[in-house]
Amino acid sequence: MDFLRPTSWEEALAAKAERPEALPIQGGTDVMVELNFGVHRPAALLDLGPVRELATWEPLPDGSVRVGAGVPYARLIAELGDRMPGLAQAARTVGSPQIRNRGTVGGNLGAASPAGDAHPPLLAAGAAYEVESAAQGVRSIPATEFYLGVKRNALRPDELIRAFRLPPVAGPQYFSKIGTRNAMVIAVCSFSIALFPSERRVGTGLGSAAPTPLRAYAAEEFLADAADWDGDLDEAVAGRFGELVGAAASPIDDVRGTAEYRRHALGVMARRTLAWAWNDHRKGALECA
Amino acid sequence: MTTVPVSAAKDVVAPGRGGVGDSVLRPDGTLKVTGEFAYASDLWIDGMLFGVTLRSPHARARIRSIDVGPALAVPGVEAVLTHEDVPGRKVYGLEHADQPVLAIGEVRHQGEPIALVAADHPETARHAAEQIRVGWEVLEPITDARAVIADPDSLRVQDRGGIARHQPVRVGDMVAARARAEVVVSGDFSVGIQDQAFLGPESGLAVPGEDGGIDLFVATQWLHNDLRQIAPCLGLPDEKVRMTLAGVGGAFGGREDLSMQIHAGMLALRTGRPVKIVYNRYESFFGHVHRHPALMRYEYGATRDGRILYADAEIVLDGGAYTSSTLAVVANAASLGLGPYEIPNIEIDAYGVYTNNPPCGAMRGFGAVQACFAYESMMDRLGEACGVGPVEIRRINAVGQGSKLATGQVIDSPAPLADMLTRLEAMPLPAPPDTADLRNLPGGVSQTTHGEGVARGVGYGVGIKNICFSEGFDDYSTARVRLEVVGGEATAVVHTAAAEVGQGLVTLQAQIARTELGVDRVVIQPADNGVGDAGSSSASRQSYMTGGAVKAACEAVRADVLALARERLGGTYEDLSLIGGKVVSASAGALAEIADVLGDRVVEQTREYHHRPTVAMDPVTGQGDTHVQLALCVHRAVVDVDVELGLVKVVELAAVQDVGKIMNRLSLEGQIHGGSAQGLGLALMEEIVVQDGLVRNPSFTDYLIPTILDMPPMRLDILESPDPAAPYGLRGAGEPPTLSSTPAIVAAVRDATGRALTRVPIRPEHICR
Repeated sequence: MDFLRPTSWEEALAAKAERPEALPIQGGTDVMVELNFGVHRPAALLDLGPVRELATWEPLPDGSVRVGAGVPYARLIAELGDRMPGLAQAARTVGSPQIRNRGTVGGNLGAASPAGDAHPPLLAAGAAYEVESAAQGVRSIPATEFYLGVKRNALRPDELIRAFRLPPVAGPQYFSKIGTRNAMVIAVCSFSIALFPSERRVGTGLGSAAPTPLRAYAAEEFLADAADWDGDLDEAVAGRFGELVGAAASPIDDVRGTAEYRRHALGVMARRTLAWAWNDHRKGALECA
Repeated sequence: MTTVPVSAAKDVVAPGRGGVGDSVLRPDGTLKVTGEFAYASDLWIDGMLFGVTLRSPHARARIRSIDVGPALAVPGVEAVLTHEDVPGRKVYGLEHADQPVLAIGEVRHQGEPIALVAADHPETARHAAEQIRVGWEVLEPITDARAVIADPDSLRVQDRGGIARHQPVRVGDMVAARARAEVVVSGDFSVGIQDQAFLGPESGLAVPGEDGGIDLFVATQWLHNDLRQIAPCLGLPDEKVRMTLAGVGGAFGGREDLSMQIHAGMLALRTGRPVKIVYNRYESFFGHVHRHPALMRYEYGATRDGRILYADAEIVLDGGAYTSSTLAVVANAASLGLGPYEIPNIEIDAYGVYTNNPPCGAMRGFGAVQACFAYESMMDRLGEACGVGPVEIRRINAVGQGSKLATGQVIDSPAPLADMLTRLEAMPLPAPPDTADLRNLPGGVSQTTHGEGVARGVGYGVGIKNICFSEGFDDYSTARVRLEVVGGEATAVVHTAAAEVGQGLVTLQAQIARTELGVDRVVIQPADNGVGDAGSSSASRQSYMTGGAVKAACEAVRADVLALARERLGGTYEDLSLIGGKVVSASAGALAEIADVLGDRVVEQTREYHHRPTVAMDPVTGQGDTHVQLALCVHRAVVDVDVELGLVKVVELAAVQDVGKIMNRLSLEGQIHGGSAQGLGLALMEEIVVQDGLVRNPSFTDYLIPTILDMPPMRLDILESPDPAAPYGLRGAGEPPTLSSTPAIVAAVRDATGRALTRVPIRPEHICR
């Protein structure tokens, strides 16, 4: 197995162009586990650790934030909690402190596992992913178009993930995840919500609920229409929202949980996170008034 | 003399100055915390090869052919071995030699070893093992333990047949008791497969000796019993197999059976080079036996006020394909199957059966854990049916000193169960959850609730465990103690073959030597078979047995030193003892330094320590004085349950345990915390999930063990009611808390949810369905 170690982004792109079969590795919290278990035996590893550009983030003029694919979860929590609360909450649930020091959103996107904790909040908040190749340059892929199948994403063989972009926080965001222990657990299923009150819109993201992370469009549309955006949350509306989120899932029975439980739990998490978000939204509206 | 590998165990100077009763620190504690301790996986010697095991992907299949040619052709490969290459006996085992060293024509469980490869690099060996071509005829696995009991002759997994042991217990007149019962409760309960989940995978190093023998450095629980199985298979006399304990990263019963020992020995003998084998985490799940899963049916009849009149129980334990320790596990389940309660009429049938499910054997609690979940669930059912609270129903039926167990054995030392329950109940209850911190809530920072749907529950559990080996086993221990002057200071050197597996025996040995010999400086030598058998580090027995042996050897050394002192002092002192480095007369005070009395003399004594004899259970009635000592622990669990999502946060575990004598409180509390955590794991998350004989979760990603956020703070009340038969009056302490924490937690979850919860581990879907 070859171990490629570019020291700059340009070198990394060149290496990936030359060796498209090389498997990129950043924190190694997923790739190394699979190597150790013999799941993969790639011909080459492309170590992005030395590529410093990937470990930086910057606010953009329009208020959005561009975060390098190599910024570890621990830094997302410490430095970006106010700019992306949903993602920061998800980051807090990733593995152990050691894993959060190493693991990155770039790794989550590269692996494209439906259980990746970063996907639901990125979907809910309307993220876009910046990918790049030496031959064709940069392109931006909306999160909704990135996940193609179980552990398959829209990356071309010569492309690398450069960064993700999130729009400015428009309202409350929450992330919630089911695990059968109280820390260090892969999601049985997970849910994220983001309110955009000025647009009277809601974003959702579901994890471990289908072959890919996904949004519950019908639930989003229902809530946008049915909710009284200037009033309290109607319990029946919240209940229906939960049902529609559950219905959006196409979960499976596996060793971590049953399909029936996943659908049920997604509904409960959707209802609860909506209530928390709505509470924050109303509090914010009242404080402004 | 062979070269000693890097990282082999060395003499350890025990830290501190404390004797028996002091909270002395572990000699290996700092090294383990800082990552410097040498575990068996750290063993290294120049020129060594790496061994890899090819294992069966099938639960049951015939092997039509094995072609090792492609593996041998891989550059760097030094040997590829199959069962044909086993130098001696081709089978081994703890109770019956029925387990092939390498599969012979057939595999009976997933992961069964088929062939071995030694190569100059572990990756090369792994790659070569994948090149071995096996011609399979896959068979339908036998996986239903109850079906095996119904038809043991046709559902035969191996030559010994379908049932490994059926142990009945028959006491009293069941017909009359049934007629008198005013209240009858019953239940079906089951326990999934728990794994020991030790962190240090199976590992060891075999070094061929110039005499044709072999030096084995291995992480095990019982060096001498390993030796008794290894030597015949390697075709070597015992004295040519030299065993040294390597750093053990946890055991919990999972290292009682052999893993890589014979395999590494075979490869080393064949290649003439040292061979190291280290399992990875995936392989480790197939490299050792697990806790027996259990299917249990119980029925109790009682008076209206809650006094139990009869118990009828069937306990089915699935041992997998080979015997391992199933026979003894069945004996525990049968003899302790109703717990520490006085029940006058009894009918128990305990079975251990062979299937193609994963192999099962020893794990902390050993047969008593499974039954404890059932009998404690029954006590709660009975209490509910009689309108008596959970503590009271247990107190009403509790044993005490003088009570009879199901086997008819009279408990002849203190067993203050009713008092323990009263103390437990009196402990203050924890405050309601502070919902401002997500870590206090079910789900933790995964943020599944801010308090919605959360209900609190309280539950109790009681357990009884036998200490030391039972049923006629003479599991003695040997200790050699030397007293000599080193650098001007009297120094005790303690040598045993007892395995330090993390439990703290290495600390305790030094404490005993200090107390008995009045010296500060104690050196503990590595455990090896250069000294006599110490028995197994299991059954909560090492403080009792090896502690007893060290004490006896120290007493013999002390007698010699005092004789020397009398010689030197010329007097006829009858009241001498060794205290604070001095020979002290009770009447005349300090008379001499021990170092001066010794001079350049070396005083050495070796002693064997035997516990009192026991007998086997009667094959028909189950009666007999089968156990050496019995130990009690009681737990109260307080839980918060998210009833809508089925997630559980254990808020507090409180425990009362009678240990006879607190030898080292720090170490003891660690054992109680650890045992309780392992019981929590069984209650809420730990299970090897099996489908059609195949393991679905052989990784720590999906086999979950409790984290620090799952294990709550504990409130402990430790009693010291001495057992006059035991050294210092002590009572084995490592296993009892593993029993009672599980039913206490399940009872608390039932209290919070109203669900029946008849299976452990509880899954979220069992709660919120």
